[in-house]
Amino acid sequence: MNLIVFSGPPSSGKTSVILKTIEALKQRNISVGVVKFDCLYTDDDVLYEKADIPVKKGLSGALCPDHFFASNIEEVVQWGNDLKLDMLITESAGLCNRCSPYIKNVKGVCVIDNLSGINTPKKIGPMLKSADIVVITKGDIVSQAEREVFASKVSSVNPKAITMHINGLTGQGAYELSTLLYDEEQNIDTVEGMELRFPMPSALCSYCLGETRIGKEYQMGNVRKMDMGD
Amino acid sequence: MLERWIWVINMMNLTIRQLEEKYPFVIGYFEENKLDVEAHKDKTFQEYLDTLSEDYVEEWAINKEKLAQDLEIYIEQMKEFLGISEDLGVNSLTILPGHDKSGKEEGFGELTINKSEIVSIVGPTGSGKSRLLADIEWTAMNDTPTGRTILINGELPDKKWRFSSNNRLVAQLSQNMNFVMDLTVREFLELHAASRLVEDVEGTIARIIEEANKLAGEKFNLNTPVTALSGGQSRALMIADTAILSSSPIVLIDEIENAGIDRKKALELLVSRDKIVLMATHDPILALMANRRIVIKNGGIDKIIETSKEEKELLVELEKMDNIIQSMRNELRNGGVLHA
Repeated sequence: MNLIVFSGPPSSGKTSVILKTIEALKQRNISVGVVKFDCLYTDDDVLYEKADIPVKKGLSGALCPDHFFASNIEEVVQWGNDLKLDMLITESAGLCNRCSPYIKNVKGVCVIDNLSGINTPKKIGPMLKSADIVVITKGDIVSQAEREVFASKVSSVNPKAITMHINGLTGQGAYELSTLLYDEEQNIDTVEGMELRFPMPSALCSYCLGETRIGKEYQMGNVRKMDMGD
Repeated sequence: MLERWIWVINMMNLTIRQLEEKYPFVIGYFEENKLDVEAHKDKTFQEYLDTLSEDYVEEWAINKEKLAQDLEIYIEQMKEFLGISEDLGVNSLTILPGHDKSGKEEGFGELTINKSEIVSIVGPTGSGKSRLLADIEWTAMNDTPTGRTILINGELPDKKWRFSSNNRLVAQLSQNMNFVMDLTVREFLELHAASRLVEDVEGTIARIIEEANKLAGEKFNLNTPVTALSGGQSRALMIADTAILSSSPIVLIDEIENAGIDRKKALELLVSRDKIVLMATHDPILALMANRRIVIKNGGIDKIIETSKEEKELLVELEKMDNIIQSMRNELRNGGVLHA
């Protein structure tokens, strides 16, 4: 089975891109399933179901979605095996832009959109910088100049990645992405023992553990202070 | 291979100061990756990376190994990009037929469009215009659903057109496009010029604003925020900017709305900059300006029609009517009263 990890900021167009890409894969008789990770809410699973795509969703709730991803990905892969999928796609929204769910030797795709602002490539960490393919969406509603500037900013933080423009509404570019994703040679039936591409941030302060009171005496563990000058 | 290897070793031995002198664009790389190299100009890039503490690396999610590798790739890409903009590149685009959605062969032999030429595209919504544009953008090689093949200068194109983020074959102008950046026209053009590595930034900006103002019904200046431009002004700026600053040799246009812009001059400007122009439109004035038009039906090119002499004569009449409407529009804008 092929495993592909999709990631990207909320509302960047991940689901639309994946749906259009699967449409192209289905025409080649490649069976695809999706597992959607989110934090508090998603109804994207309904969209996949409507398109007749096997889907599971996982809500991380009180946990960081990327940590949740790492602790569940093996079970997710087993689900894909059981369904005898040719390709399993995971989709997760990066929330703080610091983590990335990419796994070494598993294709990682980052979806970001032209509307998110010119400094976005600078703000997103490993989720963008360590992706193999960067998909830029919503190019049909910004000017050509903004598309070009945005793409050049992306390539300066991740020159190694293949950058593609995809229109999630018309699907322009999605067929092309599908040809880059499917690899007959790749056969992953477990991710046990594989490694994340980038360590997740070291957290665990009292607030991670449910503390709600504000004040010095309640701050414990990994606490860092802002430099406010004098 | 050996040559590249020597080049990499030599480059990695340069100090940051030497790198910045030799390849000024690396400054952008340092900036975008938030690397503060100011105090380390006499070190090599690797020596600089070695100064970053473990805490700092963790704090800012830095991957030293990747940064060093990426710098190599970045410099190579930018060098290639500069090389390509020097040689003119694309002289012609050829489309070889594939088939429509039902598998029926497309109704033309081969279509070659030369630079400075306009071809229009007509067909109902959902007929396959997006697919045609995607085939061109991806330089299809009988490996897309339509089975079409795209040739550049009569030859199978280099794969770089597919994957390079700085050398896109196609620039697009669509009617939904808006400026979203919070910048003045000057700042906006400076940013675009910087990403294109233009040397004469001032001259280029002056040129664009001059051309844009020739197209726009109402003039604007460099200190206007781009988001405050009217629809017509925006379109004028986008077209002038695409004509002069965009590196893409092919321009795909999805309708140009009629209001506030001289569309004939806009097309003339693109053509004068050696662009190959493909324009999806159902506006007779635009469609007939092209000497040929592609008719799309059921996902395929049904036929290619040469604009007839009669149609060209009709175009002259249509332009006269259009001029009447435009002048009335201007009259109203200036507070005038219209007469029959």
